[in-house]
Amino acid sequence: MTARLLAGSPGAPATTTRWHPTPSRRFRFARRLALTASALSRATGYGAGTTIGGRVLLWIDPDGLRVAARGRTAAVVTGTNGKTTTRTLLVAALSRRGPVVSNRGGANLRAGVGMALARDLSAPTAVLEVDEYVVEPVVAETTADVVVLLNLSRDQLDRVAEVSSVAARWRTMLGSARIGTVVANADDPHVVWAAADAPRVVWVAPCSRWLGDAATCPACGEPLDMDPVDWHCRCGLRRPHPAWRVEAGSLVAPDGRRHPLHLQLPGAVNETNAAFAAAAATCLGLPLQDSLDAFEGVATVEGRYDVVSYRGREVRVLLAKNPAGWTETIGMVRPPPATLVLSVNARTADGRDPAWLWDVPFERWAGRPVIVTGERALDLLVRLKYAGVAARHVPRLRDAMLAGDRRCPTEVVANYTTFRQLLRLLHDG
Amino acid sequence: MADSLTVVLVYPELLGTYGDVGNAQVLVQRARWRGVSARVERVGVADAVPAYGDVYVLGGGEDQAQLLAVNRLRAQRGLHSAVAAGAPVLAVCAGLQLLGWSFVDGAGLEHAGLGLLDCRSDRLGGPRAVGELLTQPRPEGIPLLTGFENHQGRTVLGRDATPFGDVVSGVGNGDGTDGAVAGSIVATYAHGPVLARNPALADSLLSRVMGAFEPIDDEPECALRRERIRTVTSNLRRRRGASVRLGRQ
Repeated sequence: MTARLLAGSPGAPATTTRWHPTPSRRFRFARRLALTASALSRATGYGAGTTIGGRVLLWIDPDGLRVAARGRTAAVVTGTNGKTTTRTLLVAALSRRGPVVSNRGGANLRAGVGMALARDLSAPTAVLEVDEYVVEPVVAETTADVVVLLNLSRDQLDRVAEVSSVAARWRTMLGSARIGTVVANADDPHVVWAAADAPRVVWVAPCSRWLGDAATCPACGEPLDMDPVDWHCRCGLRRPHPAWRVEAGSLVAPDGRRHPLHLQLPGAVNETNAAFAAAAATCLGLPLQDSLDAFEGVATVEGRYDVVSYRGREVRVLLAKNPAGWTETIGMVRPPPATLVLSVNARTADGRDPAWLWDVPFERWAGRPVIVTGERALDLLVRLKYAGVAARHVPRLRDAMLAGDRRCPTEVVANYTTFRQLLRLLHDG
Repeated sequence: MADSLTVVLVYPELLGTYGDVGNAQVLVQRARWRGVSARVERVGVADAVPAYGDVYVLGGGEDQAQLLAVNRLRAQRGLHSAVAAGAPVLAVCAGLQLLGWSFVDGAGLEHAGLGLLDCRSDRLGGPRAVGELLTQPRPEGIPLLTGFENHQGRTVLGRDATPFGDVVSGVGNGDGTDGAVAGSIVATYAHGPVLARNPALADSLLSRVMGAFEPIDDEPECALRRERIRTVTSNLRRRRGASVRLGRQ
């Protein structure tokens, strides 16, 4: 692993040697079929073809992910919020050194990761975002050199495990697999508990904290003592000293030097994502300045934050999937006269119970006119009524996009499946 | 009519996993809209539950949090005195279980509850109960109750408690009923938050403290109720292929 880490010396041009050792006939057959399935899926307009391709790959060669990852430097990014943005920033940084393979488009289960790797066998570096509930096998199969643990909070409670049981699984994973360096959130007690026994941990302190899901100690169950800058428990679990910090728009590196962050992505939460990406890239030997320069070029993350012109209106779409994400977003949207549209669905991928809307401090928008849409607009409408926010229900997404004054920008905040619907609408009309 | 109202939100950091803190917000706002000054008193994990509250709200939570909550509540008298004095209590899911005599955690261990409600909870066999819950409440004046359940609990009532409702769709207590009513306590497995989806239940709790009051405009709540009830009943019709009879909506 160390040899691999050092192989790409910082800033060196991309190597042209074949990184991938000759795979078995079984793998080659599986890959060929997977690529065909994937192409068919795309050609018929069924989907991006990543998941179906990955399923075919792993069905024919159950070891396909391991084979496709072999011989590469791999970074795995996981957590409840920020996976896609952090992965995008990390890809931008590491691409300065050579080709990087990565799983785009939200395909962050094992099949999606396998297919992304199988598509491009030549890139020496892989940056993978993995769903927090299925990260263990991917970390093991890719023998990840860096594992980034962003945060852990409530999401999709109707279909997946509660936060504490996910933390317990992470802890087992980090104790058993051959793990490289863990880059972990020093302010998230669940993450700290999960990573505490890992052999090498680089702690990162974000600039804002979502503490709603960590009132009690993940180790012993007693209440945590918390103040604005520190937390600890009587049992001994405490906030570790962070190597990297985000402070007032700057990144403070382990040597204590401050580096102003010039991000195009809005909000404090993206400064935190950049800190994780910088720490991970540094672990893989990239000079910090290269990372910082690369981050400046990232303006959009798979449609998020993207400003689109739609029927003469300037529309920006923000994705927020759970209470922590929505709370961050409240500070991110532009003030009036910008039109604010909120859209919420509750399909399987969103979590079928939108009661989490009551954990979002919508009171901060009191007095601001809001337009609500999406399949669960009525849940949102009731929530906003009790928050003192005057909202208007516009059932159709298309109409909601056009409901505001055309001279003012429109800000849209949407959760997962309605975000995807919106992107299709905005880009395909 | 009382001129101020305190809603005590019991351990929201422990018993607030499924948006149930919204129940307290609903009570307070509906009191304010009727001209009564009202506030939520959030009881932190390290704090004692006050006995002076007008209404008490307990929500759902994870196993470990539920256990911590019950241990803290057992070590003090605030909630017990409030119940003895007849203060209305709304308890949801884990909140329901911990008011009973006992409950069983994910590892199969039985724990003592507070014994304020005559019921015992253990684990449902089979998969976790996750989905829309629709019940016909037994108390007069409360129409169909709509909520979302997410639990592995099975609750058996003793003689001193009666079911809060009969299940139309969903699992509830696991025997065709949902929740429990005893004295001033109302308990259910329904999240949602349940009071946001069922303003009549919110008003019935408030009226015990505030006396009679005027109805208020509940247009978005009613629209939400209609949508949820329609979704559940159309699913039922599809599954059963038969007509579904519902009482008052």
